[in-house]
Amino acid sequence: MLLLSDREKEIASSEITPRATFEAFQMNRRQVMAGLGAAGLAAALPRAARAETKIDGLVTTSYAVPDRDTTPEAKAKSYNNFYEFGEDKGDPAKNAHTLKTYPWDVKVEGLVAKPRTFQFGELFHLQPMQQRVYRFRCVEAWSMVIPWDGYPLSELIKLVEPTPKAKFVQFISVANSSQEELPSGIDWPYTEGLRMDEAMNPLTLLTFGSYGQTLANQQGAPVRVIVPWKYGFKSAKSIVKIKFVDKMPPTTWNELAASEYGFYSNVNPTVDHPRWSQAHERLLNTNSIFPKVVPTLMFNGYADQVASMYAGMDLKKNY
Amino acid sequence: MSNRTIAYVKAVVHVLCLLPALLLLRMYFNGTLALEADPVNYITHFTGNWALWMLLGSLAITPLRRLVAGLSWAIRFRRMIGLYAFFYATLHLLTYVLLFSGYDVPAAMAGLRAGHLSQPWTQLKMIWPTMLDDLRKRKFIQVGLGAWTILLVLAVTSPQRVLRAMGGKNWARVHRLVYLAAAMACVHYWWLVKTGVRTPWKVTAVLTVLLLVRLGFAVAKRAKGRTVAPAAVRS
Repeated sequence: MLLLSDREKEIASSEITPRATFEAFQMNRRQVMAGLGAAGLAAALPRAARAETKIDGLVTTSYAVPDRDTTPEAKAKSYNNFYEFGEDKGDPAKNAHTLKTYPWDVKVEGLVAKPRTFQFGELFHLQPMQQRVYRFRCVEAWSMVIPWDGYPLSELIKLVEPTPKAKFVQFISVANSSQEELPSGIDWPYTEGLRMDEAMNPLTLLTFGSYGQTLANQQGAPVRVIVPWKYGFKSAKSIVKIKFVDKMPPTTWNELAASEYGFYSNVNPTVDHPRWSQAHERLLNTNSIFPKVVPTLMFNGYADQVASMYAGMDLKKNY
Repeated sequence: MSNRTIAYVKAVVHVLCLLPALLLLRMYFNGTLALEADPVNYITHFTGNWALWMLLGSLAITPLRRLVAGLSWAIRFRRMIGLYAFFYATLHLLTYVLLFSGYDVPAAMAGLRAGHLSQPWTQLKMIWPTMLDDLRKRKFIQVGLGAWTILLVLAVTSPQRVLRAMGGKNWARVHRLVYLAAAMACVHYWWLVKTGVRTPWKVTAVLTVLLLVRLGFAVAKRAKGRTVAPAAVRS
């Protein structure tokens, strides 16, 4: 995927593998894999076949989590909430190989002066790719420490020039075809949103990779956002549309259970989920069965960078 | 089925019921458990699921032996499987207390090794307030602990001696609480999953069927009783 997008820059479009040929190749590969049959092979192969590609020219940054070890890569890529591919956290790694990440377009529209549809390659090369190690806190009270690769979402936003009317940004994820397995009551596709200032915050990362490699499908390939001071579900995966709007957009989990998942969903140890405490989290960053349970930090430890955006707001009401 | 065969079958059932626990131990010792992304979550679900499945298994025995003629001997396994349900429920509870709650197992063990025998207790006291807070606030924990408490009562009163001491009627009355425990366990499951998640529907469906079959038996018995009663008066 990445190789192809790299070529888009350097090679005349006539030399790029025609889409039909590429798709035929993919079909062929799928048939080969299906033909192999044996359960063990089948389990091992999809992973190898959709192996993530190394991202070249990563810029290292000072975004780090010095007091916590990084989560082992295998754990970060095998424990995912991506309900489009199953409810169990192991399901996405098993099922997300059906996600077709090429070709991939991201439509940017709404209250902007320059609406535009980006081909994946264009978006990928828009800015130098940075590596940032962030805390990742799930609303289910577990957390990881993950090196994400991407660039600030604000760079993309500046490019399309939002009008003064644009107050919120809505992200719309890909509509996956295997929706009969999805939890009831969810109006797919998945959608999330941020307030304009949150989307422009330098921490908000348009993310293409992790651990120096392009995103695994189960992590929301090929492009997602990472909003490190909010619970994980706010960081929409496999984004196909970014829409600038004037009103707070509907968001998936909020529509499903508004009392449990607020629009803001900032990590906040003083506001419990109705059914569990958010004061602590299970830190999944070792290969030990004895978990480190650590206190959850206000704004997931990013208060210095984000607290001012919520000055004067009642965070118990605006959970 | 002869008593001798029953003894053999019992041994087999014991092994089968212990298999999940042994599997978990094996995963611990060969390191695959630690490679699970969230081992604690894995153990919690594993022990919780087996507790629920064992409980449903023990509840399935009565309807099965009444519907299938040759299975009347199966009653001999009901208590045993019920006790295994309690066993897995206890592991499930211990997982919560010792792993989920933030209990520092390595510190407790290091303390023990260094000869500070009170260290495990000290660690427990440190997390006690969090657990009490959970219990006070969380409905799914209340109903789960309730279900476990019922299973505890049933396990303690399960020996033959206790049955005799209590008298059959009283004993049966107490042990009917198993239905409540099973229902509470299902509710526990529904209350802890995220809204929209349907995973608990399968166990709920099985429990519903098992309870409906019993209801059917009760209705049939009552109807039978009505037709038999006048005859009894006449004789």
